[in-house]
Amino acid sequence: MISLRGVSKAYPRSGDALRGVSFRLRKGEFAFLTGPSGAGKSTVLELIHFQTRPTEGEVQVSRYNSRRVRRRDIPALRRRVGFVFQDFKLLERLTAAENVAFALEVIGTPRREIAGRVQRLLSQVGLAARARSRPSELSGGERQRVAVARALATEPRILLADEPTGNLDPDAAGGVFELFRMLNRLGTAVLMATHDADFVRRHPDVRRLELEDGRLARDSAA
Amino acid sequence: MRSMREALAGFRRTPLLCALSIGATGLSLVILGLFGLVAHNIGGAIGDVERRVEVVGYLLDDAGPEQVRAARREMEALPAVESVRYVSKDEALERARRDLVEFSDIYGELRVNPLPASFHLRLREGFRTPATVSETAGMLAAYPFIEEARFGDEWVERLFALRSAATGIALALGGGFALIAVLLIVTTVRMAILARGEEIEIMQIVGAREGYIQRPFLLEGAVTGLAGGLLALGVTRLAYVVFPVRFAAIESLAWLPHLWTAAGVAAAAVLGLLAAAYSVHREVGRAYGPS
Repeated sequence: MISLRGVSKAYPRSGDALRGVSFRLRKGEFAFLTGPSGAGKSTVLELIHFQTRPTEGEVQVSRYNSRRVRRRDIPALRRRVGFVFQDFKLLERLTAAENVAFALEVIGTPRREIAGRVQRLLSQVGLAARARSRPSELSGGERQRVAVARALATEPRILLADEPTGNLDPDAAGGVFELFRMLNRLGTAVLMATHDADFVRRHPDVRRLELEDGRLARDSAA
Repeated sequence: MRSMREALAGFRRTPLLCALSIGATGLSLVILGLFGLVAHNIGGAIGDVERRVEVVGYLLDDAGPEQVRAARREMEALPAVESVRYVSKDEALERARRDLVEFSDIYGELRVNPLPASFHLRLREGFRTPATVSETAGMLAAYPFIEEARFGDEWVERLFALRSAATGIALALGGGFALIAVLLIVTTVRMAILARGEEIEIMQIVGAREGYIQRPFLLEGAVTGLAGGLLALGVTRLAYVVFPVRFAAIESLAWLPHLWTAAGVAAAAVLGLLAAAYSVHREVGRAYGPS
């Protein structure tokens, strides 16, 4: 489903972000991408989301290959790969329901279907009761759930999460993580980047991909 | 439909910025419009004078009528020649008596007509250059029955130089002010994109197509250009009506042809669209990487 083969990424100013990283994430798999800040976790996620291209090597996501992908195919790829951020990236002027509806509208969902799908998505993340609240009226954990509902709007097969619990208290972080586990059980592959070593240690059953200084130092599945 | 709704929403979100942009674009196009008005009138005046450019060939008295008819047919067939007029000796004398009243006594007492018959050649538009005029005069003078061919070489050259200078200035100023309008629209659209940066980022993340994101901004640029163009047209017309100007030998300025005004407003909209396309490509396009 996701495959990185000998991927290196260098930026003109900051130099090498990744060096020769290779791993595969299979359909329906769950993995942590760990490592200290600056290890290259966000770069890996951006490469899988085709926000950037490798300097060397190749990234394969479903049938899309970084060497051969056409510019016009990238939106279709991104609909298969949901993305959740540490800072949620919700639009403050919109309610929780409108934030989710925005994503559905953007991908061309027929108007008559949007309201029903928003309700289902918010129910799925346990936030049906807060549909009319604006992000400023929600807790951190609730905001992240809205962000997850939005990411699920395109019915992705893969969910990428970049430090999704970084701004949350332990209870809220645990709740969001359980939401990811539930989505994973329903068949969505999840790759969650985190630098929180304690959090990772508390879930030893989850595969761990450890990055250090741009290299893949350890893969618990290997 | 959505693109239009979003473009109008863009105007509602930042009304002051949009008004300033339309105003500034309109202002730079007003200068272009006023200059176009002057250029149109100068062009018209030069064209009037140019149309009077004639190559005149004076015939020897012993030129046979058959020779003259054959030469006339040959000259009429030349691509540069618009018309050939033959003025006989009698017509020349009649004209001299009519036009040169102060010499009417002398012409009245003449027993022999001293004036020669002549050919008057007018050239087509686009062929009234010093080189073509001189070349045509040379061809005319080459006939053995032509005594002399004249065309006022000095003022033809000056006229041509004036036309070239006017065209050059019009192009430079027109290009300059059009560029200013483009830069203003580029900046406006760029600011509109930056103001909606968060929304655009989310659209890109969830998989919006490039066209879906870009169309409202392109439309906004075209509408800004169109509104600026219409504003410029209105202000130019107002200036034309309120301040009737006499320019050099032109009694009163003529208003621009409808084709010019329609083309000007359409060009403003197209410039707006192109300026927006540049901004959108720079600010939005890079999220999708190389094509």
